[in-house]
Amino acid sequence: MSFVEYRDTIKDGDTAIVFLGHESMFPVKVQHGGKTQTKYGVIRHSTDLIGKRYGSKVTCSKGGWVFILHPTPELWTMNLPHRTQILYSTDISLITMMLELKPGSIVCESGTGSGSLSHAIIRTVAPTGHLYTVEFHQQRAEKAEEEFQEHKVEHLVTVKNQDVCKNGFGVSNVADAVFLDIPSPWEAIGHAKSALKIEGGRICSFSPCIEQVQRTCLAMEEHGFTEINTLESLLRVYNVRTVSLQIPDLGKAAEDNSGTGFDSSNQSNPESLYGILQQGTAQFKSGVPLKEMVGHTGYLTFATKSLF
Amino acid sequence: MAEESARPGPRIREGDWAVLKRDEVFKAVQVLRRRKVIFEKQWFYLDNAIGHIYGTTFEVSTGGSLQPKKKMEETTTETKEAGTDNRNIVDDGKSQKLTHDDIQALKDKGIKGQEIVQQLIENSTTFRGKTEFAQDKYIKKKKKKYEAVITIVKPSTRILSTMYYAREPGKINHLRYDTLAQMLTLGNIRAGNKMIVMETCAGLVLGAIMERMGGHGSIIQMYPGGGPVRAATSCFGFPESFFRTLYEFPLSKVCSLVSGTFSSETLPSEPDYNVPVEEESNGSLEEKQTLIQETEVESNTEAVMESIETGDQETMDDLAAEDAECKESKERRNKENIREKQRKQQERKRKLVETAALLEEKNADGLIVASKFHPTPLLLSLLEFVAPSRPFVVYCQYKEPLLDCYTKLREKGGVINLKLSETWLRNYQVLPDRSHPKLMMSGGGGYLLSGITVTMEKVQSDANSLEAQKIEEPVSKKRKLEELHC
Repeated sequence: MSFVEYRDTIKDGDTAIVFLGHESMFPVKVQHGGKTQTKYGVIRHSTDLIGKRYGSKVTCSKGGWVFILHPTPELWTMNLPHRTQILYSTDISLITMMLELKPGSIVCESGTGSGSLSHAIIRTVAPTGHLYTVEFHQQRAEKAEEEFQEHKVEHLVTVKNQDVCKNGFGVSNVADAVFLDIPSPWEAIGHAKSALKIEGGRICSFSPCIEQVQRTCLAMEEHGFTEINTLESLLRVYNVRTVSLQIPDLGKAAEDNSGTGFDSSNQSNPESLYGILQQGTAQFKSGVPLKEMVGHTGYLTFATKSLF
Repeated sequence: MAEESARPGPRIREGDWAVLKRDEVFKAVQVLRRRKVIFEKQWFYLDNAIGHIYGTTFEVSTGGSLQPKKKMEETTTETKEAGTDNRNIVDDGKSQKLTHDDIQALKDKGIKGQEIVQQLIENSTTFRGKTEFAQDKYIKKKKKKYEAVITIVKPSTRILSTMYYAREPGKINHLRYDTLAQMLTLGNIRAGNKMIVMETCAGLVLGAIMERMGGHGSIIQMYPGGGPVRAATSCFGFPESFFRTLYEFPLSKVCSLVSGTFSSETLPSEPDYNVPVEEESNGSLEEKQTLIQETEVESNTEAVMESIETGDQETMDDLAAEDAECKESKERRNKENIREKQRKQQERKRKLVETAALLEEKNADGLIVASKFHPTPLLLSLLEFVAPSRPFVVYCQYKEPLLDCYTKLREKGGVINLKLSETWLRNYQVLPDRSHPKLMMSGGGGYLLSGITVTMEKVQSDANSLEAQKIEEPVSKKRKLEELHC
């Protein structure tokens, strides 16, 4: 398995995703002799996983079954252990495109947090790019380093345990893009500018509060960034459902045909008068929104460093 | 100039595909000499831009030539006189003392935009009474109109998708740029993948995928009709190497491929040559070559005619010999043309067979669909070629076809984690004491259906519905029973 390349069969040491059903999955570290408990029973790694094709159905000891999936940064984001609040794929998608990330890009990021965005960036810049990620919390920095190694992507990333606002990213004039998700991003704009290549690059700052955004935009302007643009993106999910609505009983029109207004061609059935063909229920397919949705994650501010 | 050439960064070269930018408006152009370009009500030549770095800003000066504009230091904001609110400001349309003609005269004199804006401010009776914010807004508005500055930038998915959505959304089925961004991430598009793409978005989606793959891996583009449209793809300016692992396959052959009856004998009909240049398809290159050959033959005959008219010393025998020679070479050229055409056909056939073999391996790493066609038949057929445990994403301008797609996929099986979604995008104005979402926002950017493939099991239909039950979100029992019948 590789987070940056597809493989076909499950191997010892892989991180695989166990899919139990709708929105129910979790990651598992595949090991010889390992066992994983699920509500459908036990999965024995040596017999049930190793050597099997990714995407296979695995029957657990109690008879129920699961699917084993190849990891992707998106699946990892949905299942990783949270050490901090994370960025989800909706924001990650926009960030990736607006920062113009692609194979070969050099990216600087702070804070690393739980590594959600980090994995997505690494996937996009591989095989020739690099991610420099800065995290001021020692344990989080160490955990991130550990995970990158477990996921076999350590050659594409450098983790630094320092405060980006005081000491920057540890590199100068090498980055195509910089990403900030820290409490006071305006204090790091200067460092971001020096980390970016001389000829220019892109920057993004993610902040939950508008006050942070205001300070950051001001700092960007003062440092000569152009094309400063703030936006937000929200995901709306629809459940596909067949819906049945009951036809109301509106009773009947006058029983006798005394000719007081209805011609004989006009039927006295309310159904034909009001557009419904029969009694009972009407069925249709609908994309029904969820009862609740994420209404806000953070504001994304993008800008360009230019020589001009 | 020394300072100019010392600056690092990629330089604008002749033949490059670049993007002209003025504020939020973009236009993709090819940098060619002596080619008139029209952009934002101005016309000019790009000749002077060649050699400058990407990101340089220019002004259009007399005669349509571009002059690089240095970033001017903003005039320091001294505490200007300003009012407190607009209770006394009456909008009678008479507050600006300069007439249309006055302004035109200034422009004709060659006065710079900055100076014109200054003149407008001085000649506005209401300016002093406006609040600072209103003054700010007024200046910005005038600057936008009179300080026409054009920046030349390198193309990218970000820029081209924004441009297409603003300028020609119909060509891309109203795919909004953030929706495209979602597709690229949900589809795990990255270097090394083997992707199947089916799009009718002028090649924009293909280009975006190619950018994210960086020339590594391979792409098989399925196409309707005679050939794929890749107008937008050329705007990206990818190197030649990126196209060596780009294949195409006609949709009309998909059924035969799936059923195992594929044959390369009948290729789809030649592409439509009446399609405008913008939408050049693959075949037009061929057409151009035959045209060139034909004109050569013509000019030869002309040369013979000329020599007869000018009364050359050559004897009639010589002329006759030349004429015969001419006929011979004409025949030879015709034979060459036919041979060339045959060779091209053989090459196309060979490539088609090669592409069919790639598809038949049934191990693609993902599928992206974004077209004007109903998505269901495309998904149900093309998923056959995708390996298990791989993502797929379908875009549709409308929600309803995706409802149908979802249902049919559930019935078919072999997919999990189906999700129907759309993204909501909002822009903000961020200014001190004036931050708020912008007035207008996009009403819709299309819908996405995404999922992951899994191994197909040969199970009976009730096992399938049990699977469907498990995979469906838990709902009340009553609803569940109804669903099983849909």
